[in-house]
Order: sequence, then structure tokens, then C-alpha cells
Amino acid sequence: MIIESGHFVLILSLLMAFLQSTVPMIGVHLRNNQLMAIAAPAAIIQFVLILGSFLALTYAYVVSDFSVINVTSNSHTAKPLLYKVSGVWGNHEGSMLLWALILSGYGAAIALFGGNLTPTLKVRVLGVQAMLGVGILAFILFTSNPFLRVFPAPENGSGLNPLLQDPGLAFHPPLLYLGYVGLSLTFSFAVAALIEGRVDAAWARWVRPWTLAAWGFLTGGIVLGSWWAYYELGWGGWWFWDPVENASFMPWLAATALLHSSIVSEKRDSLKSWTIFLAIVAFGLSLLGTFLVRSGVITSVHAFASDPTRGVFILLLLVVTIGGAFLLFAWRGPSLKTDGIFHPVSREGGLILNNFILTIAAASILLGTLYPLFVDVLELGKVSVGAPYFESVFVPMMIPMIVVMGIAPFLRWKRGDFNKTTNKLKVVGVISLIGGCFVWLIVDRSSALSSLGIALSIWLFSATFVELTSRIKLFQVPLKDSMRSIIRQPRASWGMTFAHMGLAIAVAGITASSTWKVESIQVMKFGDQVKVAGYTYTLKEVRKVQGPNYIATRGIFSVKKGDNFNVTLKPEKREYQTRTMVTTEAAIYSTFFGDLYAVVGDRDENSGGYITRIYFNPLVPWMWAGAILMVLGAAISLTDRRHRVGAPARNANIGTSQVIVK
Amino acid sequence: MMKRLAYFLPLVLLAILAAYFSAGLGRDPQTLDSVLINKKVPEFSLPPIRGFNAGLSNNDFLNKVVLVNIFGSWCVSCRIEHPFLMELKKKGVIPIYGINWREQNQDDGPRWLKKFGNPYSLIGDDPKSRGAIAFGVTGAPETFLVDQRGIVRLKHMGPITQQNWNDTLKPAIDKLKNR
Repeated sequence: MIIESGHFVLILSLLMAFLQSTVPMIGVHLRNNQLMAIAAPAAIIQFVLILGSFLALTYAYVVSDFSVINVTSNSHTAKPLLYKVSGVWGNHEGSMLLWALILSGYGAAIALFGGNLTPTLKVRVLGVQAMLGVGILAFILFTSNPFLRVFPAPENGSGLNPLLQDPGLAFHPPLLYLGYVGLSLTFSFAVAALIEGRVDAAWARWVRPWTLAAWGFLTGGIVLGSWWAYYELGWGGWWFWDPVENASFMPWLAATALLHSSIVSEKRDSLKSWTIFLAIVAFGLSLLGTFLVRSGVITSVHAFASDPTRGVFILLLLVVTIGGAFLLFAWRGPSLKTDGIFHPVSREGGLILNNFILTIAAASILLGTLYPLFVDVLELGKVSVGAPYFESVFVPMMIPMIVVMGIAPFLRWKRGDFNKTTNKLKVVGVISLIGGCFVWLIVDRSSALSSLGIALSIWLFSATFVELTSRIKLFQVPLKDSMRSIIRQPRASWGMTFAHMGLAIAVAGITASSTWKVESIQVMKFGDQVKVAGYTYTLKEVRKVQGPNYIATRGIFSVKKGDNFNVTLKPEKREYQTRTMVTTEAAIYSTFFGDLYAVVGDRDENSGGYITRIYFNPLVPWMWAGAILMVLGAAISLTDRRHRVGAPARNANIGTSQVIVK
Repeated sequence: MMKRLAYFLPLVLLAILAAYFSAGLGRDPQTLDSVLINKKVPEFSLPPIRGFNAGLSNNDFLNKVVLVNIFGSWCVSCRIEHPFLMELKKKGVIPIYGINWREQNQDDGPRWLKKFGNPYSLIGDDPKSRGAIAFGVTGAPETFLVDQRGIVRLKHMGPITQQNWNDTLKPAIDKLKNR
């Protein structure tokens, strides 16, 4: 009964979304307040209905109702409760339902918290958001219904992929979707503004917090997925340039660009059509990701069971939404007036350069990801594009970007003083050069690019730090005054400081872990010792351990360095009984300078020893720490009152000491 | 005027992309491929692996529908696929020929089969990828379906699972057998 109710309310939500996307839009056109007033309650009701449907499916998973096909093929009674619940979105149908839930959730959030929007804009945003809802809900109901029954009901389910039975991966999709789908809202804002024919500073100010939230979630989701790959796949790698990883990275790059261009639109009333364009593109890339994963046009380790009907539907959705938006953009875009005039050396100039690089980077990743498809369709054979392409294209583009990231925050709007800025950054530049040379001469003579990576990391970190100190006038005014002004710094500037420093730390981690990884593969018997990166690993024993639904082979390593360092690592190899499948559970011990990483493999029949893989992954914890700082930056910036307070004055010339009135 | 046209550029790019996507939808990057499809098995001859008597050559493909499976002890996905091949052998569904690809050590392949069981009726040793190149193999595991007249009918990339067995391989085999 609960299942049928879940199905039923899902149908109702589609009708509600249809109502929300049509009647209020007609209302705006006719200037009819009664019709317009439907939008907000409809958005909330739509959300509640989808939530009900989602809970019904979750219920089926929790009680293991195997008469539901979706539960049968993705769950099992032997699974721990957490993974029964995460099984709801661990498959195509359920994950689309989560998509729809989040989509309507953002709509409901606008209905509830969008009080300071102009009434017509609010109604139009909700209308566009509901149009997306109609598309996605129809997709679920017509091609991917999670509520279908099977008769007779099987005894037990066929289990969730044991690789996915992991806390990191249980929360990876919801976070990622909060990011992906969060971009739907900026898309709706962009389309609503195009319909309205007006984009002003107030519009940009409303869009910014939503972009920021989506960006933060997307960052968190990508990093969680990467972290999972790092400890679960057992190769010590964390990014593989797989099409599906790229599918999440491209919207991230576009969202990062959007985040910055919307600042220019807000503060300087400039770059407006570009910001609109980016908002459309960012969501378009999100939809593209969904299409790639679910249509089977590209081979990927992540791909869901592919189904051409679904592919056709999503492609249609993509073409109608993004094509429609671009058509509107072609029609209305040219009339968006831009009045902010500025010198190339200015904060606008820096932000535009950043946008340019991010966009080109996203485009080249798109090209690399789709290239195999292009070649295939043109009957030129089968190719695959791997990490070498992406690295050789992406890395060089990041070099100028990070250099500019150090400089641009110092520049003033409209016209920056280049000489004054370079004076401030002289010391930082020298320190970075020394750091880079040190790495090149002392650590590793073979990789100039990696030395450059470290130098850039130092550059960005210290430049961001100097920018902070110059904002609070450290050492220029009495320390007490500096401390007072540190408290008065707007939260949004703190967000920038945190995010940029986070990136600097992550760059160091990425550079070091991809260049100076130490790897050792060998057969070890009990008592054997291996020395990796100065640490001595002794294999103490290997024993069988019974888990809830698997049997594990657990290796016990004692790791020593000098007299003071002594830790035990316990990697496992798990064999799941419900599916004949084996997973590796790497044992990781993080130190400040890197991760000790051990994996235990099969027994070697000849020698009676075990195959072990031991890695030293330098600075990997820095990468995670940097990413956390970036997400934290977004969160801090979101708490800034200015993001929530209504229509702003054009405060282009906010001085550093301006106090935000509470 | 030029500026106005520039605003149409995104629309044009999207249209091109969509055209490629719709053309790509009909194709399955996993199965449709290989120049060998509907052609005769290429000429090749591989020696037996250590401890076995018979190798594998193109003369072994006559008067029966068989699967040719590319495997290696170094290949993780082959390990995942292996129990399913054992089951096929147990049920006697279809003979399976093996090409033991790129072993570093001559003993690795035989040891692997001893440990997990041998689903193959004939096995060729292919350390230098001669057989693999003849078949146009892109990775392991990979499986080809060959009909009674020695003509390659299907190529499957990646491990065979219950699902893709039911969806593609089984129907194709039944069709060939009933001819």
C-alpha cells in the first residue's frame, strides 16, 4: 500500500509541477496577482509530495520489501541499515528520485526564503524551476519508475555492489546532487531574468548565495568521491579522469567561473550577459553529466546500466532546456546593457582572465571526454582519451590562473595600481622562487614542473595571506586596531581568503602526491620487512575475520621509523558472500608529510607469503585539508548578511574599513 | 550585427553536440566495434601454456559455436568474471577457448587455472600479444562469439555478468545454434 501511495504522490507531484510552471507564468503575463500567488504554495506542495514518494521508497528498502523490483535488484537482508538506506540512491531510478527531490527542495527554498525578490522575478524563477521538475518527473515516471512490483516476490535481493558499501560513497551522491541540482536554481534565475529582460546588480546579488551553496556542495561531493576512490580502490590514486569524474568536474569549473563573474555583475553591474551565459552552461554541464552516466554513449567504470530510451529522453530534456535557454539568450542577451568601464589591470580584469581560463579548461575537458564519441560516430575507429591528454592540457592552464589569483585580490575595481601591487608582492614572489628552487635542487632534480607546482602553492598561499594582512593594515596601525578590523572583515572576504588558501594547500598536495609517490609491491612472509620512504614495514600476521556479510583477510603490519614512531596498519581484503566479489580496504595512517598506505593481496601459492602493496603518498592529507578549507570558505561566505539582505545600493567603492551595520 | 550573431553561437554548438549524441545513442561502446565482426577468424597459431598439450589456432573453429575469452592472471576483472565462466562450463552451455594474454611468467597462467579452476577446452599462450593483435583486443577480459563457419559474430568487452549474458550473449548464441 505504501509503495502504491509513493507512486501515486509522485504522479501528483508531476501534476503540481505542471500547474506551477504554467498558471503563475500566465499570471505574470496578465499581471494577475491571484494566478501569481499560486507559485509559492505549489512549490512547497510539490516538494512535500516528492518527499513523501522518496520516503515510501526508503521504507521499502528499510523493511526489505522484495516485491519491489528496485529493492530486489539493489538490496539484501544481510546489509547493514545505513547501506539499505543509501541503496535508495545507489541505483538509477532511486538516484533520479533524489535528483527530483533536491530540485523541488531548492524550489521550496525560494518559495520560503525568497521574500526579498521582486514578486515577478520570484514567480518566474519558480516557474522555470517547475518546468525542470516536469521534465525530470516525467522522465522518472515514464522510463525509470522505482515503484514497479514483481510477482512472485523473490526470497532475497541480489545485493548492493559491495564496493558501494562504504560511508564515503553513501553520502557522495546526495552531496554531489545538492551541488549539481543547486545549479538548476542559478539556471532558473538566468532564464527568469532573460524572460524579464532585466539583469541588474540586485539580480546578481540574489544569485550569488545560491551559486555559492551549489559550489560548496559540489566541491564537497567531488572530494568525497575522490577520497573514496583513494582508500577503497587500493591503488593510492585519487583522480582518474574518468568520463564521469569529468562530468562532475566540468560543472564545478563552470560554477567557479560563475561565482566570480557574478561578483563583477553585482559590484560593477558589468559582465551581465556573460554571467547569464555561464549560469546556463553550468547547469547544462550538470545535465550533460546525467546524460553521459545514464545513456551509455561513453564507456565508464561508473556508468549505470545503459538504456537507449532513457538516453533519448535525457537528450531531449537537455536540448529543450539548454537549447531553449540559449535561444532566449540569443534573443534577449544582446540588449543587456553593460556600463562598467574598466582598465585591463583592475579587479574586473583579473576576474575576467580567471573566467576565461576556467571556461577554456572546462571546454578542453569536454572535448577530451567526448572525443571518443565524436570519433566513433564519424566511423574513424575507437579511441580512448586518458590521463596524459587531460594532464597535459589542464595543468599548464592552471599556472597562469594561480599567478593571477595571487594578484587580482589586491587590485581595485575599475583601475588597479599595478606598481603598488607588485611592490606588495615582491617578497612573496621571492619566497615562492626560493621555495621552488629549493624543491628543484634538494628534493628532486628530475621534475621542474613539480617544483613550479610547489612554488605556485607557496605564491598563492602567501599572497592571500599578505592580502589579508594589508586589509587589516597589520603592522601599519597599532595591533589592537588590526585585531579590531579583523573581526569587522566581511564574511564574504573571509570566504575568499579561506577558499584561496585552501586551493593553495591542495595544489601542494596534488603536486607532491602525483610526483613523489613511493610504491613497493612484493611477496611477504610473516616477519618479512620492507622499507618504504624511510618507514620499515613488518608483516606480523594475516588472519581471517568475519564481517557482517563478508569474510576478510586481514594483514597486520607494524610500521617503525626511528625509535619514536610505531604504528600498526591493518589492511583487509573482503570477500562478499552475496556476490562473488572482492574489495580491498587499504589501511592508511596519515602524518603531516604524507600517508602511509598498505594493501594486502592474495596468497602466493609458491612461497606461502602474501602479495602486499605499500605506498607512501606525500602530502595527500593536504589535499583533503585544502578541499575542506574551500568548502568552509563557501560556508563562511554564505553566513554573510549581505547575501541575505534585500536590494543593495551600488556599493562599488566599499572601503576596507567599512562596517556592516548589523 | 556581428555581435548579435555571436549570441547565437552557443545554440549552434549545442546543436552540433546534440547531433553527435543522438548518433551516438544507437551505438553501444561495449559491443559494436571490431573490424572482425562478420568476418572469418584471422589466421593465428598459439602454443599451449605450460603443462597443457594443445594450443589454439584458427583451425580449431569449425562446426561449433564457441566463445573465445582473452584472460590473464594479472587482470582483476578476469578474476571477477571467472566464476561465471566456470558455471558455463559446468552447465555445458558452450565450449570456451582461452587466450592467455601477456603473462610475465610462464607459470602464472597455469597456476591461476589450478587455483580457481579451468573453464577452457583449449588454451593458447599469448605472451607477445600475437593472438590478441589478430583479434584486435583492446583489453582483458574480452570475449568473442564465433559461429559454426568460423565467423566472428560478436565482441564483448569487460567481464561477462549474468545480466549481459542474459541480454546479449545468450540470445546471440541461441540464434546461431538454431540456424
